[in-house]
Amino acid sequence: MYKLLLCWRYLRTRWIALASIVSVTLGVATMIVVNAVMAGFSHEMQTRIHGILSDLVFESHSLSGFQDPQWHMDEIKRAAGDDIVGMTPTVAVPAMLNFQVRGQWITRQIMLIGIDEATHAQVSDFGRYLQHPANRGQLSFGLRDGGYDTIDSQSDTKAVTRPALEGAGWPHRRMRVERERVWREKLEADRRAGVDAGAAESGPARSVDQQVNAVLAATAADAAAPSADQAADQAAADPAAAGKPADPFRQARPEEGTKMDPAREQFTGIVPGIGLASFRDNAGTDRFLVLPGDDVKITFPTAGTPPKAVSDTFTVVDFYESKMSEYDSNFVFVPIASLQRMRGMIDPQSGLASVNSIQIKLREGADLDRVRDTLRKVFPADLYAVSTWRDKQGPLLAAVDMEMSVLNILLFLIIAVAGFGILAIFFMIVVEKTRDIGILKSLGASAGGIGGIFLGYGLFLGIVGAGAGLALGLSIAWNINSIRAGVEWCTGERVFDPSIYYFYRIPSIVHPFTVLWIIVGAVGIAVGSSVLPALRAARLHPVEALRHD
Amino acid sequence: MTETAPAILRVRDLRKNYRSGETTLEVLRGVDFDLATGEFVSIVGQSGSGKSTLLHLMGLLDAADAGSIELDGTRIDGLSSSRRDRLRNTAVGMVFQSYHLLPELDALENVLAPLMVRHGVIEWLRVRHQARDTARALLDRFGLGGRLRHKPRQLSGGEMQRVAIARALVTRPRVLLADEPTGNLDEATGAGILDTLCELNRADGLSIVLVTHDAAVARRADRIVRLAAGRVDDAPLSSDEAGQARHAARRKAG
Repeated sequence: MYKLLLCWRYLRTRWIALASIVSVTLGVATMIVVNAVMAGFSHEMQTRIHGILSDLVFESHSLSGFQDPQWHMDEIKRAAGDDIVGMTPTVAVPAMLNFQVRGQWITRQIMLIGIDEATHAQVSDFGRYLQHPANRGQLSFGLRDGGYDTIDSQSDTKAVTRPALEGAGWPHRRMRVERERVWREKLEADRRAGVDAGAAESGPARSVDQQVNAVLAATAADAAAPSADQAADQAAADPAAAGKPADPFRQARPEEGTKMDPAREQFTGIVPGIGLASFRDNAGTDRFLVLPGDDVKITFPTAGTPPKAVSDTFTVVDFYESKMSEYDSNFVFVPIASLQRMRGMIDPQSGLASVNSIQIKLREGADLDRVRDTLRKVFPADLYAVSTWRDKQGPLLAAVDMEMSVLNILLFLIIAVAGFGILAIFFMIVVEKTRDIGILKSLGASAGGIGGIFLGYGLFLGIVGAGAGLALGLSIAWNINSIRAGVEWCTGERVFDPSIYYFYRIPSIVHPFTVLWIIVGAVGIAVGSSVLPALRAARLHPVEALRHD
Repeated sequence: MTETAPAILRVRDLRKNYRSGETTLEVLRGVDFDLATGEFVSIVGQSGSGKSTLLHLMGLLDAADAGSIELDGTRIDGLSSSRRDRLRNTAVGMVFQSYHLLPELDALENVLAPLMVRHGVIEWLRVRHQARDTARALLDRFGLGGRLRHKPRQLSGGEMQRVAIARALVTRPRVLLADEPTGNLDEATGAGILDTLCELNRADGLSIVLVTHDAAVARRADRIVRLAAGRVDDAPLSSDEAGQARHAARRKAG
């Protein structure tokens, strides 16, 4: 009984010992916060990866792919049965994206992915990441009349960060076409007048802008006013806008030889990743190099042997933003049928198309690894690769896990350092309390009992320190975004830059099990570092202890 | 050394050395000592004569190098440490010169400390009311009924020593061992403490060993044992001392 009483009294009268556990408190709090944020990031990343990739990916090793995806899908269905809720074929090839920004050609290396617009959104969260609300419901590779989100639809904030998307779509396309036409007319006029081309280029740049504005203004508030209610406006504006620019454009680009009117028609639609076409400036606004409605050129290999590079022109119809920069700056989606045709993946005799891979979605709660193994047994491994989304991103996920464990080890060392503080202070307390120890021994307390007082004291301190750390850590982890806002307000510096992570808030997930381990570890260290002082106290000789002043 | 009352403490040829490096200090060189049941004995001697060491050995705070100590006819030297802890808690009460109260505990808790040491938490919950009553009665008896909740630093020297005596007695020990109990007190207060001890000896028949270097204090006992250079000095007592001892014995008988 005396042990409890004395532990309690020492705890209440010796506040200096509490100083030694401040570092335990801070260590525990830091560990909880870091683990929560890391788990949040990891979860966010996994959700995004999983949202982009389907549960299972069934693919061929070759770029040419395999023929007759329908037969393969039937076979997969037969092998895996009830676990499958959705399948969609895709074709993925490495390619080059070219687009012109202010007369400069910009080339990007991309992964061109042909998707089935009807079924692709069923197997992954693809639809969620698009910028046009209608496309999020059902993807269409047709250019929209406008109405692209100027806010980030995935964030909570309603701040307009993408003002450029305001006029995107058909209005932007018409404006661009008109601009080109005026520019070309100007050049033609200059050439006819025998003016030197170099001098002309620098000179009239401003006047072209003015001319475009004048023309657009002249064609009333239809084509040039894309900011208004687009869908309704556009229906009325279309014929008026189309009539004027159609004729001169064809004159300006006779070498194309197409009968296409770019102000009214589009090329095959594509959805590039947002990172390919935009960047975020310091103010947090996204600036776009290409807008929906612009045309781009893509060069990709054909399916023949050896593959030949072919190019085609496409029209950007939307942007894809998964917030995984690796994907957003790499993926470009096109309709699968067009890609198959362009790459020559359709067998002229049988009419059967080839695909690279089949994306499979399993029902909720299905065992991914088991289905994967089933499929691996059915399909020969030298022809087909079957992998789960985790397998696909294995190294990335493993890297995050490793980062987390290394960080945990480092932070735990902080608590271990706190352990040495406890050790030192406890030794001091044992020396200070030597006479009391002698008194207790003279009253018949056993060595174990005396040691128990100090172990119990260490336990109390550990619990108090870890408990305070728990409270501190949880309150930080749960309010991290308000804290961030507060710090940003105080210092005027951006603590968390969304342009780096593409998250608008710091994700944080508290795993009770992790927290439990941290607490147990911290209390264990506190008790462990009181063992030596406790042993010393237990071994004190009663007579010498009594003589101690 | 023949006594009519059976000896409660019997010490034979007790030896104790302290080693410090090469040199060995012989503190006790064969001490024989008996304490009869109900007897009040003073042990006197100069500093370094070994009287405190003898008391510590009898109080089981230290182990002898040779010789034997019997308590109630049972050898108590050479016991395992757990049995020594238990005997210290049950059979012996000790009082020290500098009181040795626990500063974090109040007077009542200090008196209860030996009982808390004896009982585990669960057992304590069962016996605590009875223990509190015992402790309170003892403190009342020593005139400390109003100071139960005072911490040692709020008490005077005499009060602290009375708390310490109450603490020594709360376990109902067979022997009370007092090591210079009046050494830190002024004469009047010291006399009060000695009165308390005499009263306990007379009224309760408590066997007491009192160690002191003060002849005046020693004279309050039934018998005086003189230690010199680690042995009991058998030289006859000075007439004054003997007279005082007889006087005390008479007073006790009367």
